[in-house]
Amino acid sequence: MRVPILKQGDYLIASVQSVLSDDDLQLLRDDLADRVGRFRSRGVIIDVTVLDVIDSFATRTLRAIAHMLKLRGAHTVIVGIQPDVAFAMVQLGLTLAGVGTALDLEEGLEYLGGRAHRLHEHRSFGSREEDRLGHPLRTGRHSHEHHSSRPRDEDENDHPGHASQRSLEYGQ
Amino acid sequence: MANESRIPIRTTADIVTARQKGRILAMELGFDGSDLTVIATAISEVARNIIDHAKSGEVIITRGNQGGKRGICVVAHDSGPGIADVEQAMQYGYSTRNGLGIGLPGAKLLMDEFNISSVAGQGTTITMRKWRH
Ligand SMILES: Nc1ncnc2c1ncn2[C@@H]1O[C@H](COP(=O)(O)OP(=O)(O)OP(=O)(O)O)[C@@H](O)[C@H]1O
Ligand SMILES: [Mg+2]
Repeated sequence: MRVPILKQGDYLIASVQSVLSDDDLQLLRDDLADRVGRFRSRGVIIDVTVLDVIDSFATRTLRAIAHMLKLRGAHTVIVGIQPDVAFAMVQLGLTLAGVGTALDLEEGLEYLGGRAHRLHEHRSFGSREEDRLGHPLRTGRHSHEHHSSRPRDEDENDHPGHASQRSLEYGQ
Repeated sequence: MANESRIPIRTTADIVTARQKGRILAMELGFDGSDLTVIATAISEVARNIIDHAKSGEVIITRGNQGGKRGICVVAHDSGPGIADVEQAMQYGYSTRNGLGIGLPGAKLLMDEFNISSVAGQGTTITMRKWRH
């Protein structure tokens, strides 16, 4: 089943609806690559709450999606990995190194919001319109921060609850 | 209750079917919690190897009682190219096609027993069991 992709401001939210076959995962990759370009999205949330299993193939694909989207200028956050699935992944030795993760959709938005918030501040100190429209280097400033797994790890000065709200407004 | 499931593995959709059937059978056999996901993940890895390395085969999931122990038994069988060096294939990170090389050693870690017999040119049979604790 094709994964529906929702556009919310500057972000895309892909909610995996059922167990995914390999073909679905590849379709998701292509759909996201296409839409990040079309909507100039800054962040992508992939909600895997209903995935029953994340095996080596799914891990490889999710990592590839995140890396590809990063090259397109968007951050990816995987949200909703279930405790049992996480447990099996750890036993298998699978990691999502280099990919953002958050507990759920709300924290995923906070994670991305923290970034948008800082970009916003950055801009209000005199950056240009083209920056807002997103040139290829727009996320370069934060590129060393991709590894944190929880939004609050990222920047202690951010207030996640506010950050997510702000980011939503910011996108519209 | 059906205590055996045979799932032909020909397409990637069959991998999903196999791990779903495995989860259901494991539940019927009294497994619960994270064991269900662990068993489904191991099935997913060996079923995927059939597609990736042997094109087609089958997964057979049965009740796996032995002596006083109660559990589940998963057999993944194919008549593909086989594995010339099983020891090497079982090494963590070893892959002949740019995979993570985690499937075989990972499935072994997930299950309690793992046995692989493979003859180059004839095929591969993997038998794995998990016991109820
Ligand atoms: N059913 C099979 N038939 C033939 N060769 C196999 C089979 N299963 C595994 N192999 C061989 O063993 C190697 C290791 O398998 P393993 O599942 O660990 O890694 P992978 O499939 O290459 O990558 P990954 O599973 O991490 O995506 C494979 O690269 C392949 O050469
Ligand atoms: Mg494999």
